[in-house]
Amino acid sequence: MSEPAVSSNGKQDLLIVKNLVKYFPVRGGLFQRVVAWVKAVDDVTFTVKEGETLGLVGESGCGKTTVGRTMLYLLDPTDGSVEFDGTDVFSLKGKELKNMRRNMQIIFQDPYSSLDPRMTIGESVGEGLKIHGVGSAKERHELVIDTLKKVGLEDYHSKRYPHEFSGGQRQRIGIARALALRPKFIVADEPVSALDVSIQSQVLNILKDLQAEFNLTYMFIAHNMSVIEHISDRVAIMYLGKVVELASREELFSNPLHPYTQALMSAIPIPDPRIRRQRIILPGDVPSPLNPPPGCRFHPRCPVVMDHCSYQEPKLLEVSPGHYTACWRVE
Amino acid sequence: MTQSTPESVSAMRKSTSKDATLLKVKGLKTHFFTEDGVVKAVDGVDFEVKRGEIFGLVGESGCGKSVTALSILRLIDNPGRIVDGEVYFADTALHELSEKAMTDLRGRRISMIFQQPVSSLNPVFSGGNQVAEVLKIHWSMEKDEAWNRAVELFKTVGIPDAEEKVFAYPHELSGGQAQRVMIAMALATVPELLIADEPSTALDVTIQAQILDLLKELRTKMETSVILITHDLGVIAEMVDRVAVMYAGRIVEQAEVNTLFEEPIHPYTNGLMGSIPMLGKVTEKLEVIPGSVPNLIDLPPGCRFAPRCRARVEHKLDICTAQEPDLVTFKHGHEVRCWLYQDAINHKAPIRAE
Repeated sequence: MSEPAVSSNGKQDLLIVKNLVKYFPVRGGLFQRVVAWVKAVDDVTFTVKEGETLGLVGESGCGKTTVGRTMLYLLDPTDGSVEFDGTDVFSLKGKELKNMRRNMQIIFQDPYSSLDPRMTIGESVGEGLKIHGVGSAKERHELVIDTLKKVGLEDYHSKRYPHEFSGGQRQRIGIARALALRPKFIVADEPVSALDVSIQSQVLNILKDLQAEFNLTYMFIAHNMSVIEHISDRVAIMYLGKVVELASREELFSNPLHPYTQALMSAIPIPDPRIRRQRIILPGDVPSPLNPPPGCRFHPRCPVVMDHCSYQEPKLLEVSPGHYTACWRVE
Repeated sequence: MTQSTPESVSAMRKSTSKDATLLKVKGLKTHFFTEDGVVKAVDGVDFEVKRGEIFGLVGESGCGKSVTALSILRLIDNPGRIVDGEVYFADTALHELSEKAMTDLRGRRISMIFQQPVSSLNPVFSGGNQVAEVLKIHWSMEKDEAWNRAVELFKTVGIPDAEEKVFAYPHELSGGQAQRVMIAMALATVPELLIADEPSTALDVTIQAQILDLLKELRTKMETSVILITHDLGVIAEMVDRVAVMYAGRIVEQAEVNTLFEEPIHPYTNGLMGSIPMLGKVTEKLEVIPGSVPNLIDLPPGCRFAPRCRARVEHKLDICTAQEPDLVTFKHGHEVRCWLYQDAINHKAPIRAE
């Protein structure tokens, strides 16, 4: 699959992820030798265009969090490349890498464990500014206050500690921390999953507003399809370390091609009892990335499986402009 | 200890009429006496569950829905205490039962399943053992018979390779499988009432769909009533017959499920529905309920939702911050706790039912 560096709607590719692989070793035995590999991300290719939100969806163990972290070089890749704004991220070291990190930030899922309980939130939000030597202490403080206000918090909050805030507020603090350095790209890893529904909507609205104001590019990782539909421009579906479908939001939700995507959509409980659909209930459990099935990884649970699905792995192919899927049924 | 067989339970079930009330909760109040003050977690809750129905209890964190369930089963421990209320189950007044009688009833006539399946199971016993234990205790079954029945139950709840999986320990099971084991334990004695507290929340979406499907199927097969507790309105829409919306320890709206979604009238319910992204309906912005849930220790006077209520401001109502409204009937089968819909001295309800 190849996408031009400047795509047809004039938007630049800010990130190009090519054949990304990340395996985690499982060690055992007397000499702690590697006995197995968790194939968390196994040859993943996609791009993220400037100013857009790419939604990355999948269930537990599909590799979406690992993709997010490896893209930001928070984890060492096993193979593959990530190009950010024209630069090969994995070739960077030392000062150059540090500078690059200013532009690529992350918001974590758990608002309770992602803030240092011993730092005031002013210190947490300003830490990145300090590390990168941005301005004087006074200027940094002003930037922290300004950023806190952008996420709907007050300046007096900067002196308080994380435990004094609710989950929704902590998530806003996490957003402020990612935003403080005014990055180009933010990986939002399940930023609303741990929040109550009415707080979720507050945080989603803030993320949208900030994107418009600061021309941010997001990769939004989630397992909730309704949230993904609400916030994404394009969506990639992951299953067991692979991207199985990639399309624009409108296209994916109106015309899902991969059987897994179709099952995912039909599994979501819809808050309207008058809508009665034929639900696709997938049998069995999500398999482990320690031992992925041969051929197409989805084949053991696939309602429309064919013979050669079990030994030949389908490639991610463009089946209509901008719509990619990896499935033998769709050719 | 009463002895029953699946056949006798089935026979008894068939002889009782449908639509009869199975559970009646009146004025339930459960408070937690903490160092910081009294947390009024459940503060006057009334509802009924009919035979054979799935009743939904929906609300966000801290609204009191789990504490309500635990109070029905008298599983509230220090510093919590049930301070008021009556709970009637079939012909029995649960609030008058001795602890011994309550223990006999729990797990046999009323069962409960919880949110985190793997950590709710006993880690040192196999799944099969835990199901068999229920039968040994409540139905005085012999070891072999209980074990065989456990294998059957594993099959009924759809665990593949049941004969082998009965030996597996909880940590060897996936979330979905562990939840099925809990369901098997809960339904082993064919209880009349099953309380399911967020049974699918911790599970992946495709597994969630399996579990909810299973609960529906078993409800029909065993004619068990279900109280389904969740914060997910989608699950409510898919599963329940009637639903109560809880906020800060009280029920604020109660109706049949279609009615609630077609005509939600409490401002909190409306806010909740507006803040959910709905599949297929993309909006620029989601509705927001400003502010956050009140501190249950220091509740302001009047309606608990008043500080966050836009309708109060729109209709310029003062009574909301002075007096708490009662839960009254708006239309048949549709109840609401809101000054928009009821009169008081010096207050005329701005909205009337047609």
